[in-house]
Amino acid sequence: MTARADRRGVVRDSLGVGVATGLYGVSFGAVAVGSGLSVAQTCALSLLMFTGASQFALAGVVGAGGAPLAGMATALLLGARNTLYGLRMAPLLGWRGWRRAAAAHVLIDESTAMAVNRPGRDLARVGFLTTGISILVLWNAFTLLGALAGEAIGDPRDYGLDAAVGAAFLALLWPRLREPGHARVALLAAALAALAVPFTPAGLPVLLAGGVAILVGALLAGRSHAPPPEVAP
Amino acid sequence: MIWWAVLGGGVGCYLLKLAGLSVPESVLARPWVARVVDLIPVALLAALVSVQVLSAPDPDGGQRLVLDARVAGLGTAVVLLVLRAPFLVVVVGAAAVAALLRAL
Repeated sequence: MTARADRRGVVRDSLGVGVATGLYGVSFGAVAVGSGLSVAQTCALSLLMFTGASQFALAGVVGAGGAPLAGMATALLLGARNTLYGLRMAPLLGWRGWRRAAAAHVLIDESTAMAVNRPGRDLARVGFLTTGISILVLWNAFTLLGALAGEAIGDPRDYGLDAAVGAAFLALLWPRLREPGHARVALLAAALAALAVPFTPAGLPVLLAGGVAILVGALLAGRSHAPPPEVAP
Repeated sequence: MIWWAVLGGGVGCYLLKLAGLSVPESVLARPWVARVVDLIPVALLAALVSVQVLSAPDPDGGQRLVLDARVAGLGTAVVLLVLRAPFLVVVVGAAAVAALLRAL
């Protein structure tokens, strides 16, 4: 295949992911407004935070009656995975200065996934930018659309929007459950959070249960992933 | 208060991304850091599912556990995910089942 055909293929695949992801901005817009955020706050989240799971988390915690700052803390913890993506992407993209600062904004699950396995810097950059920018544009446009629709429909519960939030979290979680040990950590976190609900202010059960489950999971994984004994060559 | 969380969370999430692209790999590439960061979304998303589906405001101000149409919505989501339905179908399907149960 020629270099140009390679680029075209990467652009086509990236746009496909971009359109599919951007469209579900409509569900974030509707859910966030249903959780009690204003249309302006909802759009500001998509524009500034621009990382789906964190945005759903902030809206979810606020919607469940939690303190906005607890929602922010949950969003920031979820955003920490983007830091790890950055570590992997930095040598691959090789940008400095303002290009790096601009690229950071579109450093998310999808743009990383569409760039990380490309042979060579050029194709990695094409995949990263095409995916990131198409999602940035569509995600924000569809957030606005969803927020306006959400505001127009009245009580969000009549449309099951409160059930949509839980389904959105589960759909974001689902692909991660296949990795070893992850299902165990997820069940522990879900059980602890439910147990904590009646005894703690809203917003805290997620942070508490998440923290304990991460610690337990990391300790268990640390034991089973101990480095293998060195073998003489 | 919500605006502070929106702005603080937005700026913070951007800085987390920028840090990843800027910090030398050796600083954060310790195995235990990678393990913890790997588990954060799993644990937090699972806890969020559980709280989102099971909790409701209590009349006296706190929160309590309830089983209502949202559980059926989540069950629908599980079925759709097992069938490999796309994200939007899962979310809309869960909402539709919950709305239908409430309308009955």
